[in-house]
Amino acid sequence: MDGRIDPIIDFENVSFKYRAQQEPTLKDINLKIYPGEKILIAGQSGSGKSTLAHCLNALIPCSFTGDMSGTLRVDGQEPSKLGVFGMSKIVGTVLQDTDGQFIALTVAEDIAFALENENTPQKDMYEKVDSVASKLELTDLLGNAPGELSGGQKQRVSLGGVLACNVKVLLFDEPLANLDPATGKRTIVLIDELLKKEDLTVIIIEHRLEDVLHKDVDRVVLMDGGRIIADKTPDELLCSNLLIENGIREPLYIAALKAAGAKITPDTKPQHIETMNVEPYKETVQKWYHHMPVHRGVNTGETLLSVEGLNFSYDGKKQILSDVSFNIKRGEMVALVGKNGAGKSTLASLICGFNKPDKGVIRLEGNDISSLSIKERGERIGYVMQSPNQMISKPMIMEEVGLGLAVRGVPHSEVEYRAKEILKICGLYPFRNWPVSALSFGQKKRVSIASILIMNPDILILDEPTAGQDYMHYTEIMEFLVNIRKTLPVTIVMITHDMHLMLEYTDRTLVLTDGKLLMDAAPSEVLTDQEVCDRAYLKRTSLYDLALKCGIDDPSEFAARFIDHDRKNRVAKIDE
Amino acid sequence: MSKLISYEHKNTPIHKLSGFTKLVFFLIWCTASALTFDTRILLCMLVIGFVIYKVSDTKWKQVSAVFTAVMIFMTINLLAIFFFAPYQGCKIYGSRTEIAHLFGNVYLTQEQLFYEFNVFIKYFTVIPAVFIFLVTTDPSELAASLNGVGVPYSIAYSLEIALRYIPDVQDEFRKIKNAQEARGIEMSSKGRLMERMKNTVSIIFPLLFSSMERIDVVSNAMELRGFGKKKKRSWYSRRPLKAADFAVLAFIVVFFIGSMIITYHDGNRFFNPFV
Repeated sequence: MDGRIDPIIDFENVSFKYRAQQEPTLKDINLKIYPGEKILIAGQSGSGKSTLAHCLNALIPCSFTGDMSGTLRVDGQEPSKLGVFGMSKIVGTVLQDTDGQFIALTVAEDIAFALENENTPQKDMYEKVDSVASKLELTDLLGNAPGELSGGQKQRVSLGGVLACNVKVLLFDEPLANLDPATGKRTIVLIDELLKKEDLTVIIIEHRLEDVLHKDVDRVVLMDGGRIIADKTPDELLCSNLLIENGIREPLYIAALKAAGAKITPDTKPQHIETMNVEPYKETVQKWYHHMPVHRGVNTGETLLSVEGLNFSYDGKKQILSDVSFNIKRGEMVALVGKNGAGKSTLASLICGFNKPDKGVIRLEGNDISSLSIKERGERIGYVMQSPNQMISKPMIMEEVGLGLAVRGVPHSEVEYRAKEILKICGLYPFRNWPVSALSFGQKKRVSIASILIMNPDILILDEPTAGQDYMHYTEIMEFLVNIRKTLPVTIVMITHDMHLMLEYTDRTLVLTDGKLLMDAAPSEVLTDQEVCDRAYLKRTSLYDLALKCGIDDPSEFAARFIDHDRKNRVAKIDE
Repeated sequence: MSKLISYEHKNTPIHKLSGFTKLVFFLIWCTASALTFDTRILLCMLVIGFVIYKVSDTKWKQVSAVFTAVMIFMTINLLAIFFFAPYQGCKIYGSRTEIAHLFGNVYLTQEQLFYEFNVFIKYFTVIPAVFIFLVTTDPSELAASLNGVGVPYSIAYSLEIALRYIPDVQDEFRKIKNAQEARGIEMSSKGRLMERMKNTVSIIFPLLFSSMERIDVVSNAMELRGFGKKKKRSWYSRRPLKAADFAVLAFIVVFFIGSMIITYHDGNRFFNPFV
């Protein structure tokens, strides 16, 4: 960096302790960010990365109080003195929850929201909104309500809302968390284009490293335990083992290269697989591939659930599902994927009986279940919502877990016995007498799953089980499910956006696009098929690119072998 | 249910008026209707109301559900007036013209019928006005208008926020209800009443908790974008007053003054055909 340029953001020995906590959350932070840079701040939950972001927009110390020491300057000003309002003119924050950030009733009004609060004359607002909208390709959507927009469009509106204020710094708080992979990729491209055209500095907080690195990043700041433990270029960082040691998932092609025993060096430009020089590693990877055991598909049992020719529409006009057919075998773990609005949730709601299909049959163990009520189906097909807070209705864990049996008139003593059994399986037994409110998010999630499992369902349908979770919590939830499957004879169907989840944990993937079943195959086949990925808004796995670049003729088999290897390693690590 | 009475975007002269004009018109219109019992004015208002209803292109199905509910309530109200005060009309008009003997000492009188007829058309001057106002006024413009007539913007905006999140909360409610029903908590009419009331709690709590989470996010987002920073705030959706607005405003003021003069010139707000 040119020494004459002053940093736009300058942390000097900044520490911060929340009022309610014993330990400081940020410890002695020193960080300089220069105008025009694009910085990725990575770290697992609790690493202090969100706290760092809140210092920038002055939510700390203005909304979340605590003790702050050291000095922080943003554009020469101290955020704590300017306050949240003052900082909102310098730092524009795009929140993770784009639904929550969409405040007004239409796109145009939402972009204008901050301007309205500035009491800007109407004429100026019209001009500004028009110019921002054309930059973000929102011009045709200006009159639309939030309900009529896709996740990616909502995010562009959020971005428009902060761009309208002529901010100097754009701060993205986990921008990819709620988006399907292809839309996430487009967001990263959009951020990159904005940075090139406008006079901006961009800070992205995200743990989905591989997705952010789709476009060049100047530096990655890695945080753990409230400290900055690395501040390197992506090329340097990817060559070290710092990421994996600190609970951040490495890009898959990097993990595969490392697994093959390659020593990656920064001069091969490992930031993007497309432009990386893999020549030095080619031989090692090929050798490893031929050395690895051939991938074997899982042995599947008899058909448990069969869906035949399902058609559904809410209003009789727009067809949500058309002619969807598939089978699910007993004991399988299946992923249901597709872009937002492809009909995944609708399909689940038809299986659970929340809605009735217009045409088609759903069979469980060969019997048509159309005559069963929601309650009756609930005993065989368990449905777990995305957030445990949407399900938990009792204050105590035992009561919550036993609820499904209690309302079915099972005697109290048996409810208690079975609740204890299921709590043991779910690793929640030590907490059985705790109030639900004392649990962490991951534990609550387990409670919500336990309270379904107690009914002994044949199938468990999970809606986005890992959305918004970092690598560590993701692994916690997924390993929990793997363990459940070992102990209980339950078949698991997961609705998900997470390509890693489907690749690493599921046996089969059902791909839905515009209400039709596009593909029904092993995840490694789906994620190496460019055409299917494009149509279903999935993202082709970087393992595919790596395999091709290394001259391996069957990329899908390469992906499968690596995942087998990785899974085995992970299980070994957990057993330790 | 979600689309009971809600704004629908159309291009009629009524839709084109500023929300401010419609709000002022609506308030004065209702005041006039509340004050006067002059049958001639009420009938005149009834005709004007019907014309506006037609011009605004309001569809019957947009308002029919609420209209039916109001009709039921009105019928009960008219019957109640008759049974509790069968001679209210006679008292007002100072005469008694019996038509028929009903029962006991209750007679059906022309005065009572005429009085209740007045009450009836009074309703019909106000109800269409409410409907038309709601279906032709963009909620954000309404918020802007409320702020324009002196309501603090924080209150005006909270109305807009409520409208913004009602569909989301309804959606959330439906999802939670389904999931809880699958767990065996009976919500449909099959369960007993007490049981159902108890079970409703199992939806309300999760709904409350997830709504609280949302409120947290929304209020942070609003603060980050400077809501509440200044004493005044401008509105993207406010429409400047045009010639048509001034004409409508002038008309309603003149109409109000005129109707008040006609109503009160004889010192009584009732028009008496029995003299």
